[in-house]
This record gives sequence, structure tokens and C-alpha cells, in this order.
Amino acid sequence: MSATAPAAEQTEATSTELAIETSGLTKKFGQQVAVNGIDLAVPRGAVFGFLGPNGSGKTTTIRVILGLAAATSGSMRVLGRGVPAGLDDALPRVGALIEGPAFYPFLSGADNLRRLDAADRHANPATRDDRVAAALDRVGLAHAARKKARAYSLGMKQRLGIAAALLTPRELLVLDEPTNGLDPQGTREVRSLIRSVAAEGTTVFVSSHLLAEVEQICTHAAIMSVGSLVAQGSLADLRGSGQTVVRVTTPDGEGAVAQLRHLGLDAASVAPPRGAGRDLDVAAVEAPLSGDDPAPEDIVAALVAAGVRVRGFDVEQPSLEDRFVALTGEGFDVAR
Amino acid sequence: MPGEKSRTHGGALLVSELRVLFRRRRTWAMLAALASIPVLMAVVVRLSAEPPGPGEGPPFLDQVTNNGMFVAVTALVLTTPLFLPLTVAVVSGDAIAGEASLGTLRYLLVAPAGRVRLLVVKYASAVAFCLAASGTVLLTGWAIGAALFGTGEATLLSGDTIGVGDAVVRSLLVGAHVTICMLGLAAVGLFISTLTDAGVGAMAAVAVLTIVAQVLGQLDQLAWLHPWLFTHHWLAFADLLREPIVWTSFMQNALLQAAYVAFFGALAYGRFSTKDVLS
Ligand SMILES: Nc1ncnc2c1ncn2[C@@H]1O[C@H](COP(=O)(O)OP(=O)(O)OP(=O)(O)O)[C@@H](O)[C@H]1O
Ligand SMILES: [Mg+2]
Repeated sequence: MSATAPAAEQTEATSTELAIETSGLTKKFGQQVAVNGIDLAVPRGAVFGFLGPNGSGKTTTIRVILGLAAATSGSMRVLGRGVPAGLDDALPRVGALIEGPAFYPFLSGADNLRRLDAADRHANPATRDDRVAAALDRVGLAHAARKKARAYSLGMKQRLGIAAALLTPRELLVLDEPTNGLDPQGTREVRSLIRSVAAEGTTVFVSSHLLAEVEQICTHAAIMSVGSLVAQGSLADLRGSGQTVVRVTTPDGEGAVAQLRHLGLDAASVAPPRGAGRDLDVAAVEAPLSGDDPAPEDIVAALVAAGVRVRGFDVEQPSLEDRFVALTGEGFDVAR
Repeated sequence: MPGEKSRTHGGALLVSELRVLFRRRRTWAMLAALASIPVLMAVVVRLSAEPPGPGEGPPFLDQVTNNGMFVAVTALVLTTPLFLPLTVAVVSGDAIAGEASLGTLRYLLVAPAGRVRLLVVKYASAVAFCLAASGTVLLTGWAIGAALFGTGEATLLSGDTIGVGDAVVRSLLVGAHVTICMLGLAAVGLFISTLTDAGVGAMAAVAVLTIVAQVLGQLDQLAWLHPWLFTHHWLAFADLLREPIVWTSFMQNALLQAAYVAFFGALAYGRFSTKDVLS
């Protein structure tokens, strides 16, 4: 492990601002560079999306930050403590889900949590049963507390893993792909769980390759590609360079295009939005909107005045997804 | 918060570890298998037409019919070369590698359990298993022996005759010797367990090592090596069954096992404290 012992001394100064801070963090597996000199800065109180395609180094970064693997080079701090020297002090305040949950199949869900809680020497045994019950309740597993973990479904295991991360009040929650294996309802529940944890002031560091899932809850994000950090910042910053788009859903596609062009917009017909498929006569028309164009409400008024039957009108903020795809490449194949 | 956090509960992990160990069906299956050895032996001797003569069969078998307590001693002699070390190989080889293959190792470490603390707790639970294993053989041996053969007088190897109380003490001593014999093996197993993420592989490696050590112990060409093999004193409890007791081999064994524990404990620490946990 790298020499960070002196860094562990100077604690309080930065601890107030950044929950996770890495500089030049590199991790090699033999010849392969899994994480390539990344400089993460996760502000306290943020919900930080750590995005990247499969194999881009997200889990490896998390392992190194939590002291499971030693960095090849670079330094890092978690909750103001140097890693690995200060981890004993930082980790009790960190809850983590790393590359999927893992349990003793022959123990019940509640006993699995008791076991993990006992491993933390700062956790008070007197309150253990209460905290275990509360954590199970929080992830909707109260009824399955006595069931053996081997009998849990994939989604139940995922929830139990999240419960383990919530056993004691945490300052930082690190969740690696927390919605893996969850049904849409479960995915929504995890999102609202993350929101409620964040509302209590906990910093949440959540990794995912499914950007749409994370986009709704994050305040900040970083994007990984082939081991390197290609973008990082608040969500507004990351979206910044993208284009706002107006989208009109109408049976009069050609009329809408003509009218929008008349207003000075670069309009074009696009594929109808999903869900409108059964409405065969509906067309979708999109046009990028910039600052000197008419206000959206004036555009609608002009369309209606021109006799275009408007069924739907949207002003779409640039999606992070477009940015994500632009930065990481669209291909389905993992990059290496 | 800091005031509250300064109170630590370091012993909780050991309690939890023992709970996990003794809640596994595997542990009870192994203990049950060990318990079946004295039972089988006693029943077979009881049912056979004539009692075994002196020097026939396993050591002390001829004593069994005189004093049931010797069922325990004979069963320990029978299980020490293979059966008992196999169960110790399972528990110690699985200690770290088993957690790694389940994936629970990463969660224990970020809890944070502390790597050294986890290693110490794992070894302590392996020791607890060694005690439970030889204790099981001893207790079942006593029980079935007393039931089938009663508790008469028994003759020691030195020709002296001892009563029930003395026989209990002697078999306890043999049990202690056998337990100590397993401690070095458990340390070797713990070390091997830190080398791999495959629990079964580690168990098999420890078991193979036990057999290899005993085979080497049979080769006269390697006589210089024999005193250093952890299996060297495994069957050297005859001296505990003399009057007066000769403690030499008991003490030599204890020293040798302590050396193995220190050496392989240090190796396990060296390996585990810097290991990348990627399972
Ligand atoms: N134990 C290992 N040994 C060698 N290479 C590894 C190991 N673990 C990961 N890698 C490599 O490091 C790279 C990053 O892997 P990592 O698991 O961090 O990706 P990820 O971003 O978490 O992907 P995913 O979204 O699929 O979880 C990959 O190319 C992978 O092959
Ligand atoms: Mg991953």
C-alpha cells in the first residue's frame, strides 16, 4: 500500500469539503491499467453518480478507495482520512455495496446483518437487534428477516446488501450498481431510498452503467471510460454543453416542420416517441432551441395559430445520456 | 459522537465467528462422523466372539474390554492420522478462502473487521474446532465405553493397574496431546487459506499436506527431517500411559506445534495484510 501515513495526520482541513478525494489514482493488474490516474472529488452531501460502461474501472476504483486493494500509485482520502493508513477510522462511517451483495447462504437475512455488524468493533451490540430490524425494514425485507439467505431472490439479496450498508448511521454510502437485478418497482424504491439517505446529510457515491437510473437522483457525476475519468462535475455543468430541444407531437408533421422553420428553427421529423406507437397518424418533430429563439409558449401559440394540431409539446433539457454516449462511445462491446 | 465511538466491542467478532462455525451443518456433520468412530469400534469389539489379544489391532484395543475409558484413547489413536486432520483441514483451509469465495470477505473488511483481527479470530475459531473435535471423540468414547464395557480397572503400558479416576485423567491427557497436535496444522491451513479464493482448493491442499508429511515421516532416508515434521509426534502418546508419566514427547510436541503456529501465523499475516481482496 502506498505511503500515505503522514497524510493521515492532517485531517480536519479537507474533511469538511470532500467525502472522497483521489489524486493520480492508478491501479494496474499486471500489464493492464484498470484505473488510470484519476482525480476524483466527491463533495460532502452530494449524490455522486460514478458512471461508465462495463469494464471501465468503477468497481476497481471503489475497491481501492475502500482499502480492499492497494493502489499502484496515487493517493486518496476518504472522509478526510488518508487511505489506507486512516481507514480504520473512516470505514465505520462508510456503508458499502461492492460488486453485488454477498452472504452466508446458511444464515438468515437478519443473522447475516448481525454478523457484519459484529465485525465492526464500533457497533454497539446492545442496539444491534434494533438496528438490524430497522435496516431490514427500511429496504422492505422485514417479512423475510428469518429466511435463509440462500432462499433469497436476486432482488432480495440486493436489498439485503443495501440494508447491510445502512446498519449504522453513515456519513458516506458507496453503492456499486445498487439496482442490479431489481424490478422496476425495486429500482424506484432504491432511488427513493438514496434520496432519503441523502436528505439525512449522507454523501452517496453510486456507480452505474445505466445512466438514466442515476440521472434522476444525482447532484454530481463523473464519467469513466477505459480506466480514465473523462468528465466530472455537477449535473448542470455536465449537461452544460448540450442543446435544449423542443419536440412537437402532431398529426400534421409537415405543417409543423414548415411552421417551425418559418419561426427560424432548424426543425426535422424524427421517429415518434415511444408509447405513441399505436397512434399511427402521429409524427414527432424536433428542433434545437437556442437563446435567441422565440419562447416555447410563443412557439406553441404560433403552431396552433397556423392550424397545426398539437397533441404534445416538450422542451427537453439536454440529457446526460447523450453526453455519456458521446464521451464513452456507443458500442455495446466492452472496450477491452 | 467521538465519545460514544471510543467504546469498542472487539470480542463480538469472535463470538459471531463461533456462532457461524457451529451453526453450519458441515461442522456438525464432521463432529458426528468423528463421534461415529468410537461407537463403531466399541460395538464391533463388543459383538466379536473373543476379546482382542494383547498387541492385536490398534494400540490399546485389548484394554477396551477391561475399562471402557480406553475406548476414548483407542478412538483418538485411530482418528489422529487421517480423520481428525481432515476435519481440521476443512475448517482452517476454509477460514479466509471460504469468506473470499462467498464474497463476504470484502464486506467483513470494509465493516471494518481489521485484517489482523480477522486473522486472529479465524485462528481462534479453528482452535475451538480442534478442541470440539477431539472433545467429541473423547466424550463419545467415554460414554459408549462405559455403557458397553463398564468402568473396571485397566493395565497401563508399564504394567501398573489404574482405577477409573486415573483412566479419565489419562484419556484427558491423550485428548490434550491430540488437540495440541492439530494446532500446527490449523496454522498451516490458515496460511494456505490466505493464498487462494477457492475454499475447496485450500482444504484439499491442507489435507494433502497432512498425508505427505506422514509419508515423509515413514522414509528412513529422511530421518534428519523427521523431528521438524508437524506430524512427528502425532502418535507419541504412549508415554502418557506409563507410570510415572514421561512428559518428554508431550513437551517436545507442544514446542514444535508452537513453532509452527508462530511461523505460519507470521506467514499468514505477511500475506493477508497486504493482499488485494478482489473476490
Ligand atoms: N482481479 C482482476 N484481475 C485482472 N483484471 C481485473 C481484475 N478485476 C478487474 N479487472 C479488469 O479491470 C478492468 C476494470 O474492471 P472493473 O470491474 O473495475 O469494471 P467496472 O467498471 O466495475 O465494470 P462493470 O460495470 O461491468 O461492473 C476490466 O478491464 C477488468 O477486466
Ligand atoms: Mg463493477
